[in-house]
Amino acid sequence: MNAIEVRDVRKAYRRYGRRKQFATLKSALLSGGIIRDLKGEAAFEALRGVSFDVASGTTFGIVGRNGSGKSTLLKLIAGIGKPSAGDIRVHGRLSALIELGAGFHPEISGRDNVYINGMMLGLSKREIARRFDEIVAFAELEEFIDAPVKTYSSGMYMRLGFSVAINVDPDVLLVDEVLAVGDEAFTHKCLDKFAEFKRRGKTVLIVTHMLDLITRFCDPAMWLDHGVTRAHGDPKRVIDAYLLDVAAQENRALAAAPAASTPRDASPPADMNAAAEGRWGSREAEIVAVDFLRSDGTASHVFDSGEPVEIRLRVRAHEPLSDFVFGVGIFSVDGVCCYGTNTDIEGAEPAEFRGDAEVGFHLDRLGLVEGTYKVDVAVHRRNGAPYDYHRQLYTMRVTSKVKDTGTFRPPHRWTFSSGIRLSGL
Amino acid sequence: MLHSFRQLLRHRALIESLVARELKARYRGSALGLLWSFLNPLLLLLIYTFVFSVVMPGGRSGQVEHFPLFLFCGILPWTWFSSSLLESANVFVAGGGLLKKVLFPAEVLPIVTVLAGLVHFCLGLPILVAFILYYRVPITLDLAWLPLIVADQLLLTIGLALIVSALTVHFRDLRDLLGNLLTLAFFATPIVYPLSQAPGWAQRFLALNPFTHLAVAYQEVFVIPGPFTGWPRVIELGLVSLAVCFAGYFVFDRLRDTLAEEA
Repeated sequence: MNAIEVRDVRKAYRRYGRRKQFATLKSALLSGGIIRDLKGEAAFEALRGVSFDVASGTTFGIVGRNGSGKSTLLKLIAGIGKPSAGDIRVHGRLSALIELGAGFHPEISGRDNVYINGMMLGLSKREIARRFDEIVAFAELEEFIDAPVKTYSSGMYMRLGFSVAINVDPDVLLVDEVLAVGDEAFTHKCLDKFAEFKRRGKTVLIVTHMLDLITRFCDPAMWLDHGVTRAHGDPKRVIDAYLLDVAAQENRALAAAPAASTPRDASPPADMNAAAEGRWGSREAEIVAVDFLRSDGTASHVFDSGEPVEIRLRVRAHEPLSDFVFGVGIFSVDGVCCYGTNTDIEGAEPAEFRGDAEVGFHLDRLGLVEGTYKVDVAVHRRNGAPYDYHRQLYTMRVTSKVKDTGTFRPPHRWTFSSGIRLSGL
Repeated sequence: MLHSFRQLLRHRALIESLVARELKARYRGSALGLLWSFLNPLLLLLIYTFVFSVVMPGGRSGQVEHFPLFLFCGILPWTWFSSSLLESANVFVAGGGLLKKVLFPAEVLPIVTVLAGLVHFCLGLPILVAFILYYRVPITLDLAWLPLIVADQLLLTIGLALIVSALTVHFRDLRDLLGNLLTLAFFATPIVYPLSQAPGWAQRFLALNPFTHLAVAYQEVFVIPGPFTGWPRVIELGLVSLAVCFAGYFVFDRLRDTLAEEA
């Protein structure tokens, strides 16, 4: 038995540019095109043929980037707006948490707003009266329920909105990215409520960017991208596919960035640690290109924390050199040096450097926590005078499934004596 | 359309609560509160009485018995009519966010506006009664027609409010246009002058304005002595209003799906 059936749904919006032609009576009359405009031919397709079923009693997650059509889909399922084509069926009472507290009137009391909001969501007066205490208790607003809503903090406002919507007790609940309301404690309460929903065999459809929520709660998940389904099925697999695509896109964006801002020539700054990004040096030797390579030799800008990485410099000596040092530094985005080293520090004696050459700096395991890092590369004399210094010109994104904190992840493991049992590590 | 209408009926309680909220919220924070529902028409009456009996006493108004009472009979329902339409024009632009986020019949909002206006109208009636007592106008059985006249106006206003609210979403110009149209309609309605004083050709023109018949009916029931002779027109107007209401609902229903997107 399906709670929601979506069949080849399409939704087209008129492009905003056209709206202007249509927004004033004068222009509609002058161009004589009221009828033509009403048809709205140059449309933007937010959904391009989406089909799926949500089985009754399951929790279904939808992920996707901003603008992928998630919210549009949710609104169509909620009945706010009609699909341009296709068919949507919902079996059972539906409640949608699309914006919490939408329709609250600031001037009247929380009590009156609960009644009106509840009725808008489809409850009768008597049903609300019966659930009123529960609604107020869940929102933790017992003391303030008779104060006008305009005196509420935004957290109180959201909590009351959430509490009303969740207490509608629907068979099908649609949730659009609203869990980020209130503090930790309230979020936990909301999650408990979802779990309770699940236990009682209700159907939930969640749109969220909190991916761990999807893997934790959802039975199937779907990844929506530019109005089409990219993946559908086991949440873990869907999320992995989605993350991979996000990484690939970030990669393309980062690869495009250095080209956009070609290294500028600048004089060396007085204080190296305070220096902003830039490039300087006397150029007897030059760093021609910098690549970040995976173990299979492909270039990338996004790496998993546990992956091996090679930073490869293509260098050129314009005259034969015998005094040279190669160096690499990795910085967090807030400018903290995570690691820096060079061939001189590590005890290498330079002998000869001539013509075009390559230098590889190999990290067997990246070992950084998730985040974005800037990289310095340099070739300079042993006394520090730079031939060519690239200051924070390269960006590297590190991803990780484990959300640990800090900057560095040393190789580690846990052990437990008998008496403690865990799984998953 | 029938389906939509059934949906609307299911939301009776919501409409009721929204009207109550509208009344509560309107004067929240003002010192005089609901008293403004009395004061507003009273002050308007004072201004018109001053203009037409003190500043320009030579006008035709001089020939009307109990001029302030006569004036009030027209102003009170007119205020209901015009403010309902003006607010309806704004109702989705102001409350548009709601349409995008909550599923409920959109026609609830303009209907609530008109009904809230009806409550204000009813709150103004005691003032009218006070005037009647003050001028010692005999109260007759004609008053029995009042509920029907009010019902006519209610249907007419709801029909127009539905059209105005839905069209304004698409044509924002309508809001400004409407203000001027209402001013024109005000003077094209025998409110500050009696219909009988207008020249014959003008009377035929004024008869095209449905509100003319409403204003005349109110005046006949409250001020003009003698039996109420205009009742056939009240029935006719009732049919016309019903037609307007249906037409309004039809137009609204056709535009319904575009409201959430455009508002």
